[in-house]
Amino acid sequence: MQSLFIPFSTIVIKEVSRFTRIWMQTILPPAISMTLYFVIFGGLIGSRIGTMNGFSYIDYIAPGIIMMAIINNSYANVVSSFYGAKFQRHIEEMLVAPIPNFIILAGFVSGGVVRGLLIGVVVTIVALFFTNLQVHNLIITIAVVLMTSIVFSLAGMINAIFANKFDDISVIPAFVLTPLIYLGGVFYSIDLLPDFWQKVSAFNPILYMVNAFRYGMLGESDIDITHAFIMLTIFTITLLIISLQLLNKGVGIKS
Amino acid sequence: MPALEINNLKKLYPNNFEALKGINLNVNQGDFFALLGPNGAGKSTTIGIICGLVNKTSGTIKVFGHDIDTENTAAKACIGIVPQEINFSQFESCLSIVTNQGGYYGITRQIAFERAEKYLKNLGLWEKRNECSRNLSGGMKRRLMIARALIHEPKMLILDEPTAGVDVELRRSMWDFLTNLNQQGITIVLTTHYLEEAESLCKNIAIINQGQIIEDTSMKQLLAKSGKETFFFDLVDPIITLPDLNCLSSQLIDPTTIEVEILGRENISQVFDVLSNNNINVSSMRNKSNRLEELFLDLLNNNKLN
Repeated sequence: MQSLFIPFSTIVIKEVSRFTRIWMQTILPPAISMTLYFVIFGGLIGSRIGTMNGFSYIDYIAPGIIMMAIINNSYANVVSSFYGAKFQRHIEEMLVAPIPNFIILAGFVSGGVVRGLLIGVVVTIVALFFTNLQVHNLIITIAVVLMTSIVFSLAGMINAIFANKFDDISVIPAFVLTPLIYLGGVFYSIDLLPDFWQKVSAFNPILYMVNAFRYGMLGESDIDITHAFIMLTIFTITLLIISLQLLNKGVGIKS
Repeated sequence: MPALEINNLKKLYPNNFEALKGINLNVNQGDFFALLGPNGAGKSTTIGIICGLVNKTSGTIKVFGHDIDTENTAAKACIGIVPQEINFSQFESCLSIVTNQGGYYGITRQIAFERAEKYLKNLGLWEKRNECSRNLSGGMKRRLMIARALIHEPKMLILDEPTAGVDVELRRSMWDFLTNLNQQGITIVLTTHYLEEAESLCKNIAIINQGQIIEDTSMKQLLAKSGKETFFFDLVDPIITLPDLNCLSSQLIDPTTIEVEILGRENISQVFDVLSNNNINVSSMRNKSNRLEELFLDLLNNNKLN
């Protein structure tokens, strides 16, 4: 166990020191952009919208904005770090060492989770300046945050494994992740959508994460919380199996 | 038990390029072994498979008796690799690159730090330990990769062209360092394009060409096969015509330089005799190329003809 813990902790420490060393690129930008979201959508526009499902608009969107930051940063950390390791070939340092692939995966995913949680805390602190955030259910809140950051760290890993050039690691966040986040109920309740678009929204995984987190914070969700957790578990297990299989086959890292 | 045992190793790349056509190779414990071959011969593919960076198509490899397929962890723990290309993070310090590598091998932070200090000092990099690795010179980067490869104190060190692009002085100091490691009992497998390097360092040698081992013998035996040697004689005064050198193959390169090819049992002193009898004074004599180099080219040419 000791022999597995040391390589695991080495990867995690390396990952955390990587993103903290470049905090101007990794920690500061989400703090600034989320502040702008709170000022513009919450304060300026939100005051004219009124309430949503019984909550002031800024209180309603705050959990979604926090979740958006966690999703983006968990994903970005793993995709950029693992692809960078492939590009500079220092992934070979791990491949030549007697580290099982699940430890490599766990190390990178943990790095993504740590960054996601750290950014989540930073954005929550920012949110406290604009909203009166309460935690309705702490266990659900923590569980959703952890599972969401694991899911998107794994997704980032899969993207990095297949990426052959830097364009490949920006295409998915720009053309898939961002639309899914914006259409995932961060800024609105899906009850506002026509029936057809409500059904389409059910295929968006981020809808379950945002609503489960909103339930943890506000006690309010468009989705049944058990259903949301089942979906989160399915996503986690599926992505875990896919990424481990890809690593075991050496896709993108071995010739 | 050999340090390295390769049996019928084959590698077929997805584009149908057959990089290895069933090679067999044994490296004994404590050996200083040269694996030579032209570019694209299969050297790096072989090393990549041994180290787990390339998937093999078929065949078996054992490292100190550990099969890389069934005892992967034990096999990898025996190997230290210094690759051809720089493959560390350009944004990390030298010390963290080496200590992190220790961590990947399950070595505690404290022991990794102690070993890093030892090897960085031995390789003249301790003063640069906190320097970002991208600021190092080419030679320093190569030495950093050697320190990194030694952090888990492997039984076998594999170096893929470690002195490529390194200046003469540094190359000599790296030779001394590697010789010292070998004397401590570490098996060393070396690929290089500097045949002088292989000749002066290695005890045994294999030559690979087009994915096949075309020679696998001791350096002494290989050099004994050397059929000819070519010399240049630099003359004190220019001459217009070349005197008959008793049937030795020779030619006048320019008025002050004669090229002479000496075959296996022929005697070089007769060249001096003839030149002396013709009142031609020699100021210096030198080899056209390294003996191993000539032999290497001959073997490759024969392989091509076959």
